[in-house]
Amino acid sequence: MAGHDAKTASGPEQFLLDHFDSPAAQLHTAKLGMWVFLASEILFFSGLFTAYAVYRGNHPEMFAYGQHFLDWRMGALNTVVLITSSLAAALSVRFAQLGQQTALRRSLLAVIGCAIAFMVVKYLEYSHKITNGVVWGDGFSPSPEILAELPAALRALPVPEGMGRFFSIYYCMTGLHGIHVLVGIGIYVWIYRHAARGHYGPTYYNAVDNAALYWHLVDLIWIFLFPLFYLIG
Amino acid sequence: MSTHGENYLTAERGWRSWITTRDHKRIGVMYLTVILISVLLGGLFALAVRLHLWNPDGLLVSNDVYNRLFTLHGAVMIFLFIIPGIPAAFGNFVLPMMLGARDVAFPRLNLLSFYLYLAGTVFFLAVLVFGGIDTGWTLYPPYSFESGKGLALLLALLGVFIIGFSSILTGVNFIATMHNMRPKGMGFFDMPLFAWGLYATSIIQVIATPVLGITVALGFVEYLFHIGLFMPEYGGDPVLFQHFFWFYSHPAVYIMILPAMGVVSEVVSVFSRKPIFGYRFIAMSSIAIAIIGFLVWGHHMFVSGQSKWASVIFSVLTLLVAIPSAIKVFNWLATMYRGSIRLDTPMVYVLSFLLLFGVGGLTGLFLGSLSTDVPLHDTYFVVAHFHFVMVGSVLSAFMAALHYWWPKMTGRLYDERIGRWTAVMVLLGFLLTFVPQFIMGAEGAPRRYATYPYEWELLSRLSTVGAFVLGSGMFASLINLLQSLRRGGRRAPANPWGAATLEWFTTSPPDPHNFHGLPPLTGPYNFSVLQYIGGETGWVRRDGYNV
Ligand code: HEM
Ligand SMILES: [Cu+2]
Repeated sequence: MAGHDAKTASGPEQFLLDHFDSPAAQLHTAKLGMWVFLASEILFFSGLFTAYAVYRGNHPEMFAYGQHFLDWRMGALNTVVLITSSLAAALSVRFAQLGQQTALRRSLLAVIGCAIAFMVVKYLEYSHKITNGVVWGDGFSPSPEILAELPAALRALPVPEGMGRFFSIYYCMTGLHGIHVLVGIGIYVWIYRHAARGHYGPTYYNAVDNAALYWHLVDLIWIFLFPLFYLIG
Repeated sequence: MSTHGENYLTAERGWRSWITTRDHKRIGVMYLTVILISVLLGGLFALAVRLHLWNPDGLLVSNDVYNRLFTLHGAVMIFLFIIPGIPAAFGNFVLPMMLGARDVAFPRLNLLSFYLYLAGTVFFLAVLVFGGIDTGWTLYPPYSFESGKGLALLLALLGVFIIGFSSILTGVNFIATMHNMRPKGMGFFDMPLFAWGLYATSIIQVIATPVLGITVALGFVEYLFHIGLFMPEYGGDPVLFQHFFWFYSHPAVYIMILPAMGVVSEVVSVFSRKPIFGYRFIAMSSIAIAIIGFLVWGHHMFVSGQSKWASVIFSVLTLLVAIPSAIKVFNWLATMYRGSIRLDTPMVYVLSFLLLFGVGGLTGLFLGSLSTDVPLHDTYFVVAHFHFVMVGSVLSAFMAALHYWWPKMTGRLYDERIGRWTAVMVLLGFLLTFVPQFIMGAEGAPRRYATYPYEWELLSRLSTVGAFVLGSGMFASLINLLQSLRRGGRRAPANPWGAATLEWFTTSPPDPHNFHGLPPLTGPYNFSVLQYIGGETGWVRRDGYNV
């Protein structure tokens, strides 16, 4: 049955699926679905936040020590990058609603650019740590060079027992977040290709809207991760 | 009743039209097929387990193989059959029709969920082939994550993860469908109770399943990279895994039971020819069960070393769940009271449900009470308890749903007499299997052992005989259903049971678009609008609305 296929008109109307009465109903439904999915995403991360809380409660010394291996300037830079991208994502929705195609494309590119910048910073952070033996689990054995970067008062202290556990949680949480950023890049590339063909406009911008919702959540999770790892010691 | 014209089965032909379909009805049928295959496999494993326990020293296999068998049985039944079962197969098929809608809110996503489910299932089957998992379905570390378990554990975890994701997407889809696809004039409290059951279930799926997802994802990382979260060997905490696991798996038992209760609400009302009693209570108690169900997971961990105050609180909260469950049971009984009850096959299964859920729920209270659970934990008493609720109740409801909607799905009527007798056989086989297990459990027989002392030989053998009766009953009922598909099988009228929910106001099998225009809404349990003609025509509406 041809029933569910998009109608063969051109322009935004072609995206109205025929089991909906109107574009408004379709948008409303799509957004509701996205919100419910985001609730699910939050619960997905909640497992890790719980692990964080449990381990922090049991081993405060690990967290106090481990924090010094993380460069808060890099974290802050990434926070700014992500907030900027969220702004661009919000603007992209607005531009789509207004039908301003050029501005829409630019804002989408801005989101993608920021997301890539975020991953580059992440890569620099990870690779610096991993090459210096600051890894998860029992593999944790920091090189003299990276220990030399620590504050002098800290260097005098012995490395806490089982220090790798802190980095296990760090890599799991930031890694999972990073995977979400990568997925976001994929989504925005896909949206950009549609936008380049002029598929979005005042009557149809569901995908742009939903992508922005997703992106804000990814941003929000980082807003929690940043202080939890980089700032509170 | 129009028998000519296309229906969803014939409108398009060829396997390609099936695998690319976005029609919720076809997707429901595909789910049903895979789910029935899973139940068959799971059943065969169960029979092997019971056969082995015929002798106190074991009959068939080595102890190691025995461990694998019960793991396969539990994992297949839980993850492949009973969790997705009713929502994915029957929810998909009937929910949009119950709402008078063309389809679910996101048809493409729906197909994706199906393929995820299928892929997850294949991973699980890969585990069957490569073998080696012998931890029980709960996969508790440290034993399960010890190195050297090989590929199978990773595949199993991946499979569970994928199936979980599929179930989240289905939940999202159903919630959006119920919010936004209802026709004008049908408020939330005008939906059939099966839809309410699915609504509560979907909420749990969306909120609880991701926790399972992150648990297995962390298990994956733990196994591969030794990050030290769950394994004491690497500095982790195995009890943390248990918390994560049960935070999902307790609500998961409500993922199983709530849709089953929805089926019961439909069937009880239709086959008593009385509007459901206490509609709002039943609807809201589903939501109450969904919410309280999130707060009781610790009752699986009374002996795990969690703090005793936590245990006390979990115990109290567990007893609270009994209240909304009992509300439902009393409302069903009140619906039947002075109704004109017809003992067709779906109703026989529902009566089994009521009996067995009563026992299963009440024994849950023994286990939920801290002091009685300590000696009963990990005995056959627990095994019998959860089989009363999972097999006795959910499987009965699944079979009720299968017989109830079969004419709608296939357009065929099965042999009612055989259907009824196989239902009785399933009930008797079930009782024979699990009543002895209650007794053994109360006497202290621990679960999951390949051998047992001679004093339990008789009870154990009775249980084995029961399992084969149960299995034969199931098998016979499936044959009975499949028989109806033969050339020349009896055609089903649009409304064979005299039900008043919307899916019965279209042809059997339905049109690809479900309806030609929305039938006038008269309320899901308003039987006064129906009139019995009989024969090929079944029930029709008095207002002259004809499909
Ligand atoms: C209605 C009230 C219910 C109560 C109060 C209840 C209570 C309990 C308790 C306390 C346990 C833990 C026993 C132990 O391990 O020591 C348990 C185990 C279990 N229950 Fe229930 N239950 C109820 C309903 C259900 C339902 C509806 C289902 C499924 C459809 C279910 C499935 C299970 C399963 C699968 C286990 C055992 C898991 C395992 O250890 O392998 N229960 N129940
Ligand atoms: Cu439980």
